[in-house]
Amino acid sequence: MRVAKVEQKGTLSDADLRDFFREMLLIRRFEEKVEERFRAGELPGFLHVAIGQEAVAVGVCRALEEGDVIASTHRAHGHTLAKGTTPNELMAELYGKLEGCSHGYGGSMHLYDVERGNMGANAVVGGGLPATTGAALAFKFRGEPRVAVAFFGDGATNIGTFHESLNLAQLWQVPAVFVCENNHWAESTPGWQHMPIEDISQRAVAYGMKAVKVDGQDVEAVHKATRKALEHARSGKGPVFLAVETYRLVGHYIGDPQVYRSKEELQETRETQDPLDHLRAKLELSDDEVEEIDREVQEIVDASVEFAKNGTEPKPEDALKNIYA
Amino acid sequence: MPELSYREAVRDALSRAMREDDDVFIMGEDIAEMGGSMGVTQGMLDEFGPERVRNTPISEMALAGTAIGAAMQGMRPVAEIMYEDFLTLATEQIVNQAAKHRYMSGGQLSVPVTFRTQGGAGWSPGAQHAQQLEAWFVHIPGLKVVFASTPSDVRGLLWSSIYDDNPVVFFEHRTLYGLKEDVPDELEPIPLGQARVHREGDDVTVIATGRLVHEALSAAQEAEGEGISVEVVDPRTLQPLDEETLVDSVKKTSRCVVAHEAVTRMGFGAEVASVIQYSAFDWLDAPIERVGAKFAPLPFAPVMEEFVVPHANDVLAAIRRTVGRNGN
Repeated sequence: MRVAKVEQKGTLSDADLRDFFREMLLIRRFEEKVEERFRAGELPGFLHVAIGQEAVAVGVCRALEEGDVIASTHRAHGHTLAKGTTPNELMAELYGKLEGCSHGYGGSMHLYDVERGNMGANAVVGGGLPATTGAALAFKFRGEPRVAVAFFGDGATNIGTFHESLNLAQLWQVPAVFVCENNHWAESTPGWQHMPIEDISQRAVAYGMKAVKVDGQDVEAVHKATRKALEHARSGKGPVFLAVETYRLVGHYIGDPQVYRSKEELQETRETQDPLDHLRAKLELSDDEVEEIDREVQEIVDASVEFAKNGTEPKPEDALKNIYA
Repeated sequence: MPELSYREAVRDALSRAMREDDDVFIMGEDIAEMGGSMGVTQGMLDEFGPERVRNTPISEMALAGTAIGAAMQGMRPVAEIMYEDFLTLATEQIVNQAAKHRYMSGGQLSVPVTFRTQGGAGWSPGAQHAQQLEAWFVHIPGLKVVFASTPSDVRGLLWSSIYDDNPVVFFEHRTLYGLKEDVPDELEPIPLGQARVHREGDDVTVIATGRLVHEALSAAQEAEGEGISVEVVDPRTLQPLDEETLVDSVKKTSRCVVAHEAVTRMGFGAEVASVIQYSAFDWLDAPIERVGAKFAPLPFAPVMEEFVVPHANDVLAAIRRTVGRNGN
């Protein structure tokens, strides 16, 4: 049996944080481009963008070790990019091309990149939680120093899979980390309408699980909390629940008129809760510095659209492949 | 050649796979100390320990989903769903997750998990402990579905299911657990998708699954006394379906009865009847007869239960109708 690797990484350098800023901005620009191309009628299906939640994706995924795996949600673009899938492969998937990360079979809500440790985004709320416990069980069985990480929202904490999966994970002490992105909205339903408690971490505490509250708009805080959670899980001390406070600065889906929240509230949240603004202030980046990074990531995003448009359309009859192994 | 009961044959397949392969483990409700609600896993805790004979809470969603997650990481879990009625609780995970990960990932993943379950009437458990729901799962691309009717079949088919790289829903019938048969020392894997001709005949083919295979064999015996020669075929694997063997049999006999314990309406037999009429239309001398449960939930009172589910005499009556003898 291999011994679990438990590394104590030091505090993040400014260079690390600048790199995080760049990646968060890349996700933001990617999502904005997705909105633009969807509205232009180029993207099939329907799409959920993660604008406002970039610090969670980057903070968590940058803390992972080689071999760790994630399961994502319907709002998956940020997680997928942060876990290492290239913008080209992701955009190609959104255009339904063979070069896409799911080869055109998945789409926005079913993004996979198994080689890079992405077990898949799930369009059923809470659907990926049991598999996360199961993957962690497999790592425990094999004595592998790996951790399985599930992303899910506050809305998912009301579904049975959440409770059953956390109960089993804690009971079996498997190396899993449950990252609850509490953006305070289950689609259009506010937290106060879907949850009779204010502190979502109590739900994990009820199962005896270690639970940590994290400011999800502070990428450094997310990263630090995730490192600690991963160390805890990897060293055999059991799973950890991260209650991450974050904000969805856009609608549930692209085109959502958001009749359920006031324009004033949305405006105020955008002005006060943008994780990019927070990190930019912390790093004291100048306008010129931001512009340079912005130019660079926008070029990458533009190139991904070109790549996707030039990608290969599947043949209609490809629909009959990949059903059985 | 040892004699094994259907129950022991299931246990034998599980135990042999677990002895040979660290990736195989079993999980389910009450399967460890208690040995399973049907006694199938008795003694396995002593041999393999609590990690690999893993008791779970009463949590079908997580039980099924955890097995799926472990399978996605390359293990070969066998998850026991205590009664097939409780498959309803695990259906989201089986239908939306297990069946579709390979497809949605464009072929990157495989999910080599087996869901063992059992059901069946005949002992008055009432409406929530004896349904036959196999047809639901045959309707889902990405799943394989097995329904075994004898000790040797259940052993060889379970082995193949465990080692199949796809999710398999594996149905056992409660009333068959005590059925005994001589089986070879060596476990012979039975390929999925291969029907078994239990008895050859010339006049009528009965295509039956589960308990109804045995009811069909009794009916065939009876029919022989009336001068009707009956062939009995068990598809064994419902998906993929060995259409060729079924169709060839009907082309030979020119008459067909489909029989299962599940309700007739939208039952597996409806699909079989469709396959037969399309592929053997010109050979058929009579309408295809369907035998199944009446369209009712399973009642508790034994007289009502017996009335609802089909028996050998129902199969015999169907056989007689196909040859134009309605004297029942």
